[in-house]
Amino acid sequence: MSIMAYNGGCVVAMKGKECVAIATDLRFGLQAQTIDTNFEKVFPVNKHMYLGLAGLQTDIITVYKRLMFRKNLYEIRENRVMQPERFAAMLSSFLYEHRFGPYFIEPVIAGLDPKTFKPFICNMDLIGCANMPDDFVVAGTCEEQLFGMCETLWRENMEPDDLFETISQAMLNAFDRDAISGWGAKVYIIEKDKVTIRKLKTRMD
Amino acid sequence: MNSVLAPEIEQHGFNFSNCRRNEKLIHDGFKPPKATKTGTTIVGIIYKHGVILGADTRATSGNIVSDKNCEKIHFLAKNMYCCGAGTAADTEMTTKMIASQLELHRLNTNRVVPVPCASTLLKQYLFRYQGHVSAALVLGGVDNQGPHIYCIYPHGSTDKLPYATMGSGSLAAMSVFESRWKPDMEEEEGKKLVRDAIAAGIFNDLGSGSNVDLCIIRKDSTQYLRNYELANEKGVRNLDYTYKRGTTGVLSVKKIAFDVVEESTSGIEKMDTN
Amino acid sequence: MLGINQFPEYQVPGAVQHQFNPYENNGGSIVAIAGDNFAVIGADTRLSAGYNIFTRNHSKLFQLTSSAVLASCGNWCDSDTLTSILQTRVRQYSDTHENKEISLNAIAQLLSTMMYGRRFFPYYVSNILAGIYEGKGYVYSYDPIGHCERHTYRAGGSSSALLQPILDNQIGLKNMEEKPTIPLTVDRAVKLVTDTFISAAERDIYTGDGVKISIITENGVEERQIPLRKD
Repeated sequence: MSIMAYNGGCVVAMKGKECVAIATDLRFGLQAQTIDTNFEKVFPVNKHMYLGLAGLQTDIITVYKRLMFRKNLYEIRENRVMQPERFAAMLSSFLYEHRFGPYFIEPVIAGLDPKTFKPFICNMDLIGCANMPDDFVVAGTCEEQLFGMCETLWRENMEPDDLFETISQAMLNAFDRDAISGWGAKVYIIEKDKVTIRKLKTRMD
Repeated sequence: MNSVLAPEIEQHGFNFSNCRRNEKLIHDGFKPPKATKTGTTIVGIIYKHGVILGADTRATSGNIVSDKNCEKIHFLAKNMYCCGAGTAADTEMTTKMIASQLELHRLNTNRVVPVPCASTLLKQYLFRYQGHVSAALVLGGVDNQGPHIYCIYPHGSTDKLPYATMGSGSLAAMSVFESRWKPDMEEEEGKKLVRDAIAAGIFNDLGSGSNVDLCIIRKDSTQYLRNYELANEKGVRNLDYTYKRGTTGVLSVKKIAFDVVEESTSGIEKMDTN
Repeated sequence: MLGINQFPEYQVPGAVQHQFNPYENNGGSIVAIAGDNFAVIGADTRLSAGYNIFTRNHSKLFQLTSSAVLASCGNWCDSDTLTSILQTRVRQYSDTHENKEISLNAIAQLLSTMMYGRRFFPYYVSNILAGIYEGKGYVYSYDPIGHCERHTYRAGGSSSALLQPILDNQIGLKNMEEKPTIPLTVDRAVKLVTDTFISAAERDIYTGDGVKISIITENGVEERQIPLRKD
């Protein structure tokens, strides 16, 4: 078994019309044994930006804390909010620094530009190869299932409410076909003037 | 110690702090995870007025396409570009780093950086890492000596050729070059040849796919043709997958509202990063 | 002191080990949906190994009777052998039963028995059998050693993980509070199968080129072919 699948879990992000969405499952396990059903893999970075990390839990927390340290220093030094592109570049070089002893995580970034509110999504492999497509990004143990769902369900220019339904259905049905993801889900819809966080009703088995 | 007043001085280069732990995990039977690879068809040719580079745009991890439209022709200098195959992060980061070294070299010497200089920097870097930085490159550029194409292998060996291919689709692409390449080709003919070589890789090699990127470097100008040809487009779905709002069951909702402060960006000049 | 670590492994260097790996994965994906009075089954038409495409127009569908179609993918030479033996057995059945056609559930059981017969040197294939029996649509799926299960919809092969959740959602209507009441017609089933293959061809390198769909109704089997991306 891959160490990436030791704790289980998945993250997905999608672009909509002037909004982005990011969703996570809530399971934390040790291989097939479920320990906790309230472990969030999506963290706030700043007002309009969220970071999702799938993979080994110890690394999820370490990487998140180290990134926040760097990001806070940047924001204090520059006296401005970090843009998603800059954050992605920082994360990418952080991960590539550990090229020969990587952190076992796959990050997903979703956010709006702090000034122009342009939607931004991005994912990376564990050594920081960034991918910034126009539609959606996925990470985690049910990556294949999520790819299948998102390729079928995603459309251009979805309104926030439609985006919520699409990302939720994509995620729910994908992790129901994965034994080590699921047990609750949380969806973040990020818009210019608000962030809506919904906890979903899911199968708990 | 770390603090805001005296932040930890970051060491340059790679960080090996996780290596012992990761080795232990592998020893305990956990498989090491796969990084994104570019199966890739990348090519370069010399034609009458310079060089033409070409690449497909698929990145894979295992049997899954992780990026359908990635950029494999990397900027090195105004007169030099470099196609990368192998581990995607390695090609990306290696070329970025060499690009900055070349720019410093250009500023120090105040002349057009010769292509062999880039080739040497790359091969010395790759040789130092003994193939662990798995970047297979096709370097192309024009300098005062004329056009150059180099193949650079992950272990640091190089070839200097009039036409070159690399990556998993290299055989498919080379078959096109071997049958049709000739010295002093015109630009249109050259573009067509490179396009056909990449298309051969896209359609006959499963590691390569999606679109064709081209880059033409002449004596005094460079033209980057991103998505020169959309060789494959996504099929049109027959059904409508719009859900009625309220389809998904929601347990709780939390809203964080902001006051939107529209900030104007006038007066701030964009930094020239070229 | 001599610990357990000091004892030699059973694998002694110098001992010659022979390995034989007769299996190869030739890729391909299959999908089947059972309706009230019909069944739809589809398979892509790419045959590949490693990074090579062997052929772009290769049928993974095998019509066994006028109301049963088998889709088989995985190791192609195993598929080929298995289906040709099965076709022979189907023929034998009708020859020994006064030209009576073998029923779908009998084929389902026969296939299971044939595959379990190779329990310790299995056919490396993913099979899905679709058809109609007494006017109703059925889908059976198999694991490589003959476990047989009945479903209303099923995906198999290299992109089964991509396809199955789509079917769960669109046909099983899973995870929906208000379930839409769209009847599952032949037309909808065919369109859905096509769409799932379009999605799979985008992301799975072993699926593509085209999709062949068999529609099994009381009037027999109708075949359709739809092109997919070829990279």
